[in-house]
Amino acid sequence: MSTGTATKTPAVGDEREPFTDKPLTITDFVRYQGASGDMNPIHHDSEFAAKAGYPTPFAVGMLQASVLGTYVTDWLGPENIRRFKVQFREQAWPGDVLTYTGKVTDVRTEGTETLVDLELACTRQTGGVHLKGWATFAV
Amino acid sequence: MSEEGTKGKPYEMIVEAGKVREFARAAKSKNPAYFTPPEEHPVSPVTFLASSAFWSTPESSPNFGAAPPNMERILHGEQEFTFPNGPPKAGTVLTATTSIGKQYEKEGKRGGSMKFSELITEFRDADGNLVAESKSTTIETGKATTE
Repeated sequence: MSTGTATKTPAVGDEREPFTDKPLTITDFVRYQGASGDMNPIHHDSEFAAKAGYPTPFAVGMLQASVLGTYVTDWLGPENIRRFKVQFREQAWPGDVLTYTGKVTDVRTEGTETLVDLELACTRQTGGVHLKGWATFAV
Repeated sequence: MSEEGTKGKPYEMIVEAGKVREFARAAKSKNPAYFTPPEEHPVSPVTFLASSAFWSTPESSPNFGAAPPNMERILHGEQEFTFPNGPPKAGTVLTATTSIGKQYEKEGKRGGSMKFSELITEFRDADGNLVAESKSTTIETGKATTE
């Protein structure tokens, strides 16, 4: 089954339409933490965050990484992804409005497979980069 | 800190359809691929193996027995997943083994000295074929970083 929306092999420079999410909430963090099993209180417990020197709990990077992952697999197919990497940059905070983007950087052949490399990003409303990402798909 | 190459005890992880749905919902995805009936073996989202936390045990950590890290100072630096044939589907029974990868220290601009530590988890199917590899890089900072 292919549920990716791309209908032809992407070309270098192709970009997916950016996705701007609703403002982040601590409820988003809690839902992701419950699903993933990472219950680090720094992402939902205000007292714990304050004690550690943070003004409020901050976002679980893996939540935004997961949104970035499904953003790009919705394009090129959840079953086609071969590699996904994210680097966590600036922290994101409750209330942040994040925009997810992806661009094809290379199309290459390895054996019998056509591989598509992408650069991804998740950017805060300030312009600050929350996540940088890279993905490879077999198409 | 434990040494590079130290392995934890292997553990089993079953990719479950309900968990795939829960994880996809948490990732704010509406892609129908994650919500097909269990008998159609829905594919798991690309970051789904983060939920291996529900299957691992203290003994499966290669740091088992070492002093626990200071959780207030641990940040996730990088995360990578590779899948030779795409992400595992619901119904797949995986055997996971976590080992310590590279460990190194850097002077940070904002957070004082930073200790980097890689954890690598291999997920294999019943025939021993590699299904996925996860590489997680954590950073232990000297002080809180807010930017």
